[in-house]
Amino acid sequence: MNEARSEDTPEWRVRPAEAADLGEVIAIDAEVTGLEKTDYWYELFHRYGGGRTRQRLFLVAESGKVIQGFIIGEIRDWEFGSAPCGWVFGLSVRTDARLAGVGARMLEAICEGFRHAGVHKVRTLLARDNSLVLSFFRSQGMMAAPFIPLEKDLD
Amino acid sequence: MKLQKSTSLALYSVLEFAANPGRQLSAAEIAEKYGASTHHLAKVLRELGRAGLVESARGVGGGYRFSGNAKRLTLMDVIELFEDISTRTGESDEFDESSEVGRALGAVMAEIDEIAKATFRSITVDTMLKLIERQRRALALASTVAAA
Repeated sequence: MNEARSEDTPEWRVRPAEAADLGEVIAIDAEVTGLEKTDYWYELFHRYGGGRTRQRLFLVAESGKVIQGFIIGEIRDWEFGSAPCGWVFGLSVRTDARLAGVGARMLEAICEGFRHAGVHKVRTLLARDNSLVLSFFRSQGMMAAPFIPLEKDLD
Repeated sequence: MKLQKSTSLALYSVLEFAANPGRQLSAAEIAEKYGASTHHLAKVLRELGRAGLVESARGVGGGYRFSGNAKRLTLMDVIELFEDISTRTGESDEFDESSEVGRALGAVMAEIDEIAKATFRSITVDTMLKLIERQRRALALASTVAAA
């Protein structure tokens, strides 16, 4: 989808995830979250992987045959009373590959996919205490959306 | 959540310095721009200097310049130099905790404060400079359209 080269990384590109990438995707997620969720990732790949639809995007950033990060999103129509828009619900970068623009490139690539599919707004949802990733999305120009997430305990 | 005057001046100052990294700005220049006393601003700049966010420049006119890391420094980092909002819970003094109504109103205020704190923690000086630039471009575009 796009290619880049910086001083810190060899030539790398963002492309649709393939089944062979899943091992590295699972490892990156486990490294960041501390949880290895193999079944979850295979199920997610089944629904989002391989560039199956323009509505669903599962992309990876690859550098020198190594997966450096991944991003997942989809276009949702009329949820929460909102016109169709892109939602990013998964993004992670290998810890030793951070600060090299990998996340920014992946976000730009998925936004390009959303634009190509005809939407002009992208949203995401994060835990309030996830300052690192919140800061990343803020640095990419994202602002608070006109929604407030709510929850309650089910007794 | 209301910030103290010194905190607001610190945020103005840090953003002014970071937007002009190669330029020395005097306390008087910033004080005039934001309607503050030079004395008050000088105190704020001394605190920012102690934290390593600005450094005083010698030479004609003197002044200060930015010495922090704009990509790492968050609004919360600056705010916490002047007041401790990290433990502020919202219900502290605005509502009487001894009543049921006061406790409920305090819970709502705490919810608002938590969102404000998360916002301050997630926005770096570099992100603020980008936001300022985007707003400047949008304003210029709106002026152009209005004039056409």
